[in-house]
Amino acid sequence: MIKDFEYLAPRTLKEALALLDKYGDDCKVICGGQSLLILMRQGLVAPKYMVDIKGLSELSYIKDGRDGVKIGATTTHRTIEKSPVIKKKYPVLAEMESRLASIQTRNWGTIGGNICHGDPAGDPAVVFIALNATLTVAGAKGTRSIPAEDFTLDYFEVALEPGELLTEIQLPAPPPRTGTVYTKFNIIESDLATVSVAASVTLGSGDGVCQDIRLALGAAAPAAIRAKKAEAVLKGKKITDALLERAGQAAAKEAEPISDIQASEEYRRELVKVLVPRMTREALARARKA
Amino acid sequence: MKKELKFKVNGQPYDIFVKPKTLLVEVLRDHIGLTGTKRGCNSSSCGACTVMLDGMSVKSCSVLALQANGAEVVTVEGLAKGNQLSPLQRAFLDHGAYQCGFCTPGMLMSSTALLTENPRPTKEQMKEGIDGNICRCTGYNSIIRAITAVVKGEYKEAK
Repeated sequence: MIKDFEYLAPRTLKEALALLDKYGDDCKVICGGQSLLILMRQGLVAPKYMVDIKGLSELSYIKDGRDGVKIGATTTHRTIEKSPVIKKKYPVLAEMESRLASIQTRNWGTIGGNICHGDPAGDPAVVFIALNATLTVAGAKGTRSIPAEDFTLDYFEVALEPGELLTEIQLPAPPPRTGTVYTKFNIIESDLATVSVAASVTLGSGDGVCQDIRLALGAAAPAAIRAKKAEAVLKGKKITDALLERAGQAAAKEAEPISDIQASEEYRRELVKVLVPRMTREALARARKA
Repeated sequence: MKKELKFKVNGQPYDIFVKPKTLLVEVLRDHIGLTGTKRGCNSSSCGACTVMLDGMSVKSCSVLALQANGAEVVTVEGLAKGNQLSPLQRAFLDHGAYQCGFCTPGMLMSSTALLTENPRPTKEQMKEGIDGNICRCTGYNSIIRAITAVVKGEYKEAK
C-alpha cells in the first residue's frame, strides 16, 4: 500500500525549486511516476511530500539547433519516439524509445523521470552515454552540467543533490561519419534489459580508422557505465574481427554484473562479450553510411 | 489531506476530493463506480487497467488520480454510443476476442488508441499496439483478427 503524503503541484520551475529547497530530503519529485509508483507501492519509497512536476510544460520540449538537440526533462518517451527531429538526427534514440516498456508507459512516463530513477537496467541512460549527452540540473543556487556518464552512480542513485532537479538533456550534434546503435537482450519484449549495449563509432575521413568510439553498458554494473577498456582496444585502429573479439572480452571483464531472477552474473558477462562486438559492427556499418 | 480532483470521465464532469495517494484506477472503480476498468497486476505490467487520458492510452494503476486533474478520461464504458457498441467492441464479440474477458477492457482501450492514431495499422503495428496488454488465456490471435476486421471496414461507426 502506498503511504499517505502531502501533494504539491508547482506551476513553474521556480516554484518547484523553491519547494525542493524547502523540503529537501523529506520530499520526492514525481513526474510520470511510471517507476516511482511501483517502488512506493512496495513501500520502498515513502516520502512525506511529493512535488509533482508532470504539469511543468515549460520543461516539455525538443529544441533543434545547430549545435545539437535539447530535450526538456518532462518530455514523454512517446514524444521522443515520434519526433521527426529525433528520428532524423538521433535514430538510435527513437529506436530505443520504441522498445522501452509499453505504449501506455511511454505515453505518460518522461525521459527525465526515467534517468533520475537510476535503474541500471533502464534504456535511456545507456544511449545518452553513447551519444555523449550532457544533463543540466537546477537548484536553488543555480544550474550545473553533468556528463551523462557521470550521472548514474549506483543502484537507483544519481548525481542529484537534495533540492536539485534535472531540467534538460543536451545531445551534441553527432560528428560526421558517426553511427550509433543500441540493443537490449530480454526475454519479454516490453521488459527491462537483461543486458543492454550502446555503441557509437566515428570514422576518420577516408582512412576507415576508428577515430572515436563510445561503448555503454546497461544492467551490467550497479549503474549504466562506459566500457572504457573495450573502447581503448578499438580507438585509433582499423576495426577487425580479431579486435572486436578482444573488445568484447575487455568489456565482459570490466562489467560488474550481478546474478538475479533474470540472469546469472556469468550469463550477463557472456551477453556483454557477444553484444559489444555485434553492436560495434552495426555502429560501424551505420558510420560508413552516414 | 484530501485534494480536489475536477475532471471528465466519458464526457461526464466530476468534482471529488481524494487522498493524494489515490490512483486513477481507484477513483474510476471505487469512487465513481465504473468497474469496467480492471485492476490486474497493479504494477504496470498487464494493461487490464488501460484507459484513455486526454486521448492517450495509459495504465490507470500507475497514474496518480490528481494528475488527471482537468483532463478527459475515457474508459471502456465510454466506447459505446448509447446502446450501440463501437466497431471494435462488435468485432471483439463476433471474433470471440476474449475467453475469460478480464483483459478485454484494456485490450479494447489499447486497440481503440491504436486505431485513433493509425486507422490502417499493419499486423506488426497491431501487435505493437497491444504489446502492453497481457491476455492470460493467450487469445491474441482472435484479438488481432477482430482489429483486422475493423481495419478492413467490416464494422461501421454507430450513427
